[in-house]
Amino acid sequence: MHITGVLSSLQITRRALTASLPGIALAGRAALGQGTSQLLNVSYDPTREFYRAYNAEFARQWRTRTNQNVQIRTSHGGSGRQARSVIDGLQADVVTLALAYDIDAIAERGLIAPDWQKRLPDNSAPYTSTIVFLVRKGNPKAIRDWGDLIRDGVGVITPNPKTSGGARWNHLAAWAWARRQPGGDDASAEAFLSRLYRNVPVLDTGARGSTTTFAQREQGDVLLAWENEAHLAFEEFGRDKFEIIYPSISVLAEPSVAVVDRIVDRRGTRALAEAYLQGLYTPEAQALAAKHFYRPRDAQARASAGDRFPTLELVTVDAEFGGWGEAQRRHFDDGGSFDRVYRPAR
Amino acid sequence: MNTDRRENLLARRSAILAAILVGVLFLLLPLLAVFVEALRRGLPPALEAIADPDAIASIRLTLLVAAIAVPVNTIGGVAAAWCITKFDFPGRGAMLAFIELPFSVSPVISGLVWVLLFGAQGWFGPWLQERDIQIIFALPGLVLATVFVTFPFVARTLVPLMQEQGRSAEEAAATLGASGWQTFLRVTLPDIRWALLSGVLLCNARAMGEFGAVSVVSGHIRGETNTMPLHVEILYNEYQFVGAFAVAALLALLALVTLGAKAVLERYSGMLGAML
Amino acid sequence: MMAAASTVFIAPPVEREKPTGAARGRWFGLRRGPLPGFGLTFGLTLLWLGLIVLLPLAALALRPWTLGIEGVFRSLSEPRVLAALRLSFVSALLAAALNVPLGLLLAWVLVRERFPGRRLLDAAVDLPFALPTAVAGLALTALYAPNGWLGAPLAALGWQVAYTPWGIGIAMMFVGLPFIVRSVEPVLRDFPRDAEEVAATLGATAAQTMWRVVLPALRPALLAGFTMAFARAVGEYGSIIFIAGNRPMVSEIAPLLIVIRLEQFDYAGASAVGLAMLVLAFAILLALNLLQRRAG
Repeated sequence: MHITGVLSSLQITRRALTASLPGIALAGRAALGQGTSQLLNVSYDPTREFYRAYNAEFARQWRTRTNQNVQIRTSHGGSGRQARSVIDGLQADVVTLALAYDIDAIAERGLIAPDWQKRLPDNSAPYTSTIVFLVRKGNPKAIRDWGDLIRDGVGVITPNPKTSGGARWNHLAAWAWARRQPGGDDASAEAFLSRLYRNVPVLDTGARGSTTTFAQREQGDVLLAWENEAHLAFEEFGRDKFEIIYPSISVLAEPSVAVVDRIVDRRGTRALAEAYLQGLYTPEAQALAAKHFYRPRDAQARASAGDRFPTLELVTVDAEFGGWGEAQRRHFDDGGSFDRVYRPAR
Repeated sequence: MNTDRRENLLARRSAILAAILVGVLFLLLPLLAVFVEALRRGLPPALEAIADPDAIASIRLTLLVAAIAVPVNTIGGVAAAWCITKFDFPGRGAMLAFIELPFSVSPVISGLVWVLLFGAQGWFGPWLQERDIQIIFALPGLVLATVFVTFPFVARTLVPLMQEQGRSAEEAAATLGASGWQTFLRVTLPDIRWALLSGVLLCNARAMGEFGAVSVVSGHIRGETNTMPLHVEILYNEYQFVGAFAVAALLALLALVTLGAKAVLERYSGMLGAML
Repeated sequence: MMAAASTVFIAPPVEREKPTGAARGRWFGLRRGPLPGFGLTFGLTLLWLGLIVLLPLAALALRPWTLGIEGVFRSLSEPRVLAALRLSFVSALLAAALNVPLGLLLAWVLVRERFPGRRLLDAAVDLPFALPTAVAGLALTALYAPNGWLGAPLAALGWQVAYTPWGIGIAMMFVGLPFIVRSVEPVLRDFPRDAEEVAATLGATAAQTMWRVVLPALRPALLAGFTMAFARAVGEYGSIIFIAGNRPMVSEIAPLLIVIRLEQFDYAGASAVGLAMLVLAFAILLALNLLQRRAG
């Protein structure tokens, strides 16, 4: 048994746990039952609740279909950190990250085939999301659109785009809005972002950290957040505390998914991993996504979600920024627009 | 003279008051905050958070990591202390400086170095991958990062004491024909055992609480490679504040028990030492 | 024994060379004095030191140069990197310096005075050490955030602590304080009171006695404590990121920059910052050690 084996023998299912509570469980795979396969899904922060629901659903489907038990293990964290872990050898069967760029980074090291985005429908992004504003109840600062964010005395909470995938979408959405203003161009967009960041008092490393800073620590007047995070904050911190504001324009965020070829081929889990990702496109999974405030691709799930997802103008990274590689290079790499515009408040 | 004494008393009183103020506001309040947050909704939700399978897995993993890291550093620390204090050789000072080095290394770097060595892109990465050996994002990586961070404690505790005690007792024993082991077990160990235990306990407290270094090498797989401090972070990120602070409180309690044991040792070490 | 036991945590400055004639052997000769075990312990120590400390640090020291010498300097001379390094080192030095009077006060009161709650205070001094750094970070943020127990009154006074460099300072002081207290305590305990009494009978005021008699005697221990507190604070990560605000150029510490670069898959850049931190810290520690020797 190699070392991963030793570690995974420490892995405890609910069942094995109650059976072996007193001892140090070196229960091993036997405790998991015969014919149980494992899958590791390495994902980013805001998907925890959705994947917890989907994993249960998928395990149920898989059992009826193949009569086999499957245990989905998950790891959540900032999208960039998660991609880095996979590159450094974390044995992920599938990655479900915040943006295509992070999966591209893994593909660049040869762990995933370069054409991964074409292997699944809709750019390998089974659900989408967008960036919205979360403001305090009654919207005391009267924030309606991106332009209001740079007013004096408005505190904006957003994470650091260097470490947070969500923050990169925020940055690009603001950029797209500024460029579409009368007389707008790259220079005016950069000036707009530099004024926006001047209003940012706390720059957390991840989307979840920013939500906590805004909701729990009561910092700032507006949180730039994933649509699903904004709804979740509603539920977690109380509906009477916040309001969601949809700006006039935002970005179509496409969190992408991929099978990590090198790892599934070595572990022999390709069929399972592919089924797991394809399952995300089934009506059941799409309905689950909508339930967790991800915009489903499936038209029917979209229709039954009713007015849960207001329509607004959404720009895509491909059309507006020439794809993620280009967007990353121009905006977020060292010396990019984020580094240049960042003139923090003194 | 009289006013002098009164002033003196006043100064002493205000010093005591100031010290208590610092102690309460600066040191005790954070601990109190942890417990208050943990018990915000009463005891049952806090206990529930600790009884969660993922939490139990993280407790187990934390204890396991400490159970490996602490003995490694104890053996190494005792050997180093013996070597440095009982012999003269060039480079002794440098050796001591290197032993203390991990103290001044950022925990983040303490994690990063193992990624540079054993990560898939690291020095030994390809070799390990060919042989299907997983070091980082698994137990060995967590242990290595922890060993690095807690490296100096035992040696740092023993060296000054053993230096003070000199070598004459051991030399006498050796001259009388005792073997090295006998000399160590019968002559040296009784003199250093309390300090050794203290060092081990401190090493243990730090090993259980380390965050930055293990965060870099963990991989954050739920119920598998999350130690308690990492589990706290995860719960916090899931907006389960009560749960996060409950696990944090348990972790603090574990550390406090360790420190309590150390304090008791220090109080009674003289007495017990005389008795035994 | 009590004194010996509480040196446990922070030892007084170690005298590095103290050869006693009896054990002085010839260097390349086989005899190293009458004591056995040199080979075994020396070998074990080298193995332990080599595998756990030297090999990993060698990897750190070699990694940045894949950028080329010029690349390393370019990557380190970015304004953000310089600002982060300056912030980490200046805050750590300041926090350690502010901890000196606080630590001295605590140590003095613990050694010299008897009062209810002394034992609790004594135990509380070790708290920052026992409290895991991430937990400390969460607790400090909860306390010092503008809506926290301490943050709210401070904010009313117009002083924001959390999410500013002050927050970094508070976290650094928190993790560093025990080092000063524990290094001063044993020396203070051994310090003869006669000296103070003599000074007093000679007509010195309490302040003069403190300044002229007690402080000079404590200087090496204070310096040792300062050194340790600084070393601990400069690399601190877990307790700081929650409270710092993390704004580039303002409240972004160097260890965070390492993490950021790592997450951008920039291993060489991350190692470059790490190496710079290590070299700087080592240089400062070396200078402080030299000072310590002079003081002692």
